[in-house]
Amino acid sequence: MCSQNYSRLRMISHGLAAGLFALAIMMTSSLSFAEDNIATLRTFDLTQQPTPPDMPKPSFTELREVRNYPEQPPVIPHKIRGYRIDLNSNKCMSCHSRKAVGLSQAPMVSVTHFMNRVGQVLSDVTAQRYFCHQCHVPQLSVSPLVENMFIDADDLSSGQ
Amino acid sequence: MNLFRRMMNIWQGLGRPSRHFSLATLTIGGFVAGIIFWGGFNTVLEATNTEAFCISCHEMRNNAFEELRTTVHYSNRSGVRATCPDCHVPHNWTDKIARKMQASKEVWGKVFGTINTRKKFEAMRLTLAQNEWARLKANDSLECRNCHNYEYMDITAQSARAANSHQRLLGTGEKTCIDCHKGIAHHLPDMTGVEGWN
Repeated sequence: MCSQNYSRLRMISHGLAAGLFALAIMMTSSLSFAEDNIATLRTFDLTQQPTPPDMPKPSFTELREVRNYPEQPPVIPHKIRGYRIDLNSNKCMSCHSRKAVGLSQAPMVSVTHFMNRVGQVLSDVTAQRYFCHQCHVPQLSVSPLVENMFIDADDLSSGQ
Repeated sequence: MNLFRRMMNIWQGLGRPSRHFSLATLTIGGFVAGIIFWGGFNTVLEATNTEAFCISCHEMRNNAFEELRTTVHYSNRSGVRATCPDCHVPHNWTDKIARKMQASKEVWGKVFGTINTRKKFEAMRLTLAQNEWARLKANDSLECRNCHNYEYMDITAQSARAANSHQRLLGTGEKTCIDCHKGIAHHLPDMTGVEGWN
């Protein structure tokens, strides 16, 4: 009984393998057909190793940047090399925390960051918001790799 | 008793004029011996004051040095590099000797393996960091200022943020370098409760 079951299983698995193989051939042929039509950021052949572009220099205005929409996390307009955020310390908070802004004169971390996921307001920044760089990032002066279709809500309403 | 008498003899002999050696031999010989002794002493002192010496122990090589390697004091565009003693040993001779005497505690630590594993090092990190913060606070960040002199800073070449903070806090003497620039060369310990890190 057991060996009968086993041989049936083998038959099924063989059939499955053959089917998958056929599918794979069909897919590769269709892929090669559709190659020109797929949107890709790769402009060279897979087998080539092109020279990467120069590392862009970060641009630091040291001034507050305009947000593209009200809820956009403000971008970081200053150098952050070596600013560690880990279990032991958070360098950002040594200037942007509630108590530090008196000395640093930096903008205080938003009050929304004191709320946990159920909306309860805590006395300090919630653990969910601890890793600043998940949302707040420095900017690089580079041309976008793909076209950005974003339209400011004000421009949209004024019909520009 | 016999030993005591012999020692007293030597002591009294030191007070008497030399019987076998000329004055020239004694003075010139003493002078040459002094040079050799002083030269040797300083050579050894300088040898212990190098990065190679510091990282010859795995405690420093695998922890403190490894952390330094990614920072601006080790790798930067102009190729100026601060090595361990530049920041951790005073340059002034008397202060240097005092620090070197303190370092005998570190030899003790090495012998008895106080920080011979990563875990032990992490456990001691706050204590070790606090030692250095206290030292730099007490000497007004002297080791920083050996290279970074406030008087020589071109404030206009600094970013607006740095220029403002330096003029407002450093220029007035309200703060010293280490007050704001902790953890610039090594990872920080748990900063809970440390001033300015709440």
